Amino acid sequence: MDLLANLSLGLSVALQPHNLMFAFLGCLLGTLIGVLPGIGPTATIAMLLPITMGLDPATSLIMLAGIYYGAQYGGSTTAILINLPGESSSAVTAIDGYQMARRGRAGVALATAALGSFFAGTVATFILVLFAPPLAAAALNFGSAEYFSLMVLGLVMAVALAHGSILKATAMIVVGLLFGLVGADLYSGAQRFSFGIPELADEVNFVAVAVGVFGIAEILRNLENETNRDVMVKKVTSLWPTRDDFRRMSMPVVRGTALGSILGVLPGGGAILASFASYSVEKRLSNRPEEFGKGAIEGVAGPESANNAGAQTSFIPMLTLGIPANPVMALMIGAMIIQGIVPGPNVVNQNPGLFWGLIASMWAGNLMLVLLNLPLIGLWVRLLTIPYYLLFPAIMAFAAIGIYSINSNTYDLYSLALFGALGYTLVRFGCEPAPLLLGFVLGPMLEEHLRRAMIISRGDATVFLTRPISATLLVLAVIVLVIVLLPSVKKKREEVFVEED
Amino acid sequence: MTFNRSDVGAGAIFIAIGLFFGLTTVFELDIGTARRMGPGYFPVMLAGILIALGLAVTLKGMGQADPERGPLPWRGLVVLLSVPVIFGMLVRPLGLAPVLLLTTFITSFASRRMSVPVAIAMSVGLTIFCVAVFSFGLGLPLRLFGSWVEPFTRPIFGVR
Repeated sequence: MDLLANLSLGLSVALQPHNLMFAFLGCLLGTLIGVLPGIGPTATIAMLLPITMGLDPATSLIMLAGIYYGAQYGGSTTAILINLPGESSSAVTAIDGYQMARRGRAGVALATAALGSFFAGTVATFILVLFAPPLAAAALNFGSAEYFSLMVLGLVMAVALAHGSILKATAMIVVGLLFGLVGADLYSGAQRFSFGIPELADEVNFVAVAVGVFGIAEILRNLENETNRDVMVKKVTSLWPTRDDFRRMSMPVVRGTALGSILGVLPGGGAILASFASYSVEKRLSNRPEEFGKGAIEGVAGPESANNAGAQTSFIPMLTLGIPANPVMALMIGAMIIQGIVPGPNVVNQNPGLFWGLIASMWAGNLMLVLLNLPLIGLWVRLLTIPYYLLFPAIMAFAAIGIYSINSNTYDLYSLALFGALGYTLVRFGCEPAPLLLGFVLGPMLEEHLRRAMIISRGDATVFLTRPISATLLVLAVIVLVIVLLPSVKKKREEVFVEED
Repeated sequence: MTFNRSDVGAGAIFIAIGLFFGLTTVFELDIGTARRMGPGYFPVMLAGILIALGLAVTLKGMGQADPERGPLPWRGLVVLLSVPVIFGMLVRPLGLAPVLLLTTFITSFASRRMSVPVAIAMSVGLTIFCVAVFSFGLGLPLRLFGSWVEPFTRPIFGVR
């Protein structure tokens, strides 16, 4: 009965009053910022990351996870009410959700999203409980060659699932990898790219990179065209779905949860893929496909569940392998490292309280979200009408205080400005910021495992191909690359991602 | 000659970053061999890849039409990129409270829609809120008043 013992350990951590409080605070703040149009979960977490730094590791991760689902849920609210999805994963929700809102069924759409997400979150949490420990145990046998190949596969997937140009996404990863290397070399201790500046000797501050590339760049993008937001729904009434609605949404929720749980584990942002996949599955299976795009409740229920299930299972590779599946998980890993925890298969053994506490808190967090969102929906609707110019001074102030308070290092603030400028310029030139962040987090790990594998094999590069697991992972990476570069897939991919913008 | 400024611009940035890291590595770090990689091996490899990718992106943009983009938010750019620097330079001598007041006031003007009274109210309110939350609530060890202003604030607020 290991499972029960683990779960009760997790619950005992998650239900501690201060952990519950911070989970709640996370959900609240996440929803608060996530509901702002144009600011997705990644940007929200990046901006709020600094305030969690002063907490103990388990509490800070619990709060970050709360911020994550809060932001994601807030993004769905925005997508439904004003057709402005914060991140691509809720872009699908906007298609039918907004149409439902236009027909006076905004309340039902929001309730559907909340209930579907809650169901998906519950199931996905159990999947996490069942599959994470064996995967972590298996990962303990991974050598450096396997890790290197796994990270290559992850980065290739991230490129495949990034928007727009594949060339640019690849280049963004390499930029991230390079900036990740600044600081002392792990093997020789030699200083790299720090130019005698002692403040740069450790490394470029991860939070500064994340807030710069996502936060500042995002604010600047919003300042490009300051228009009044048109909130069509001033008051949301009749939240509860009818019996017919329940009947229509039950199967899409189940199917969406299954799709999301499987695809969420994939490196490179499976949650986005899951919501797209769920939408097309529902459209195909429906006996009234003509309703899709005109306010079909299945088009909200399926993708929202898939999205949330994927968000939850994307924790699996993060917690067991220490490898981020998406930029949000990259932020989580960064937070762990700052807290002094080495991400990887050992977390479950060395920090069982943190591992199981985080998982148990996910379920608690999902419940809180339902309780927080449905009764308070009027408040969120009103938030949508707050002018943007009143919000970003607060965001900037939090970011500056937070980043400075981590190490009391003023260079971290200069990095913030530098990465804000770089991030905004590159975003304006049509590059995605997510691969850069993934690269930045993976850079040091990728180099460490490459060099260690090469030392162990005495300079024989074929080691990556002669070890079966490593070879399989690399072959998968090549297959993914070939598929993405096939002309027909390439065309389809461009169509899909154009729709999102 | 037509070219896609997005592609050529991004390509140029990639090449510049690649050259920066590549040249620094070549001049300063030991590259080593594949068998015993030095601190420069991985960076120089990545820099090479990045330069190649940058060239490819640039070439792809040649002869293509320029996509339409929104206007550059100049005010926002100048304000948002200078605020972290100002905060960094002044947080020690001025202390947290005055630097917050100053930077929030400046940040407010990133938007064209901000008016002076709103900005003043906003910065005062936000400063009080941040000091309450971060200094008293979360107990971050940041000095509220630095050496430049301390002589003036001590009679009122005491030593913080």
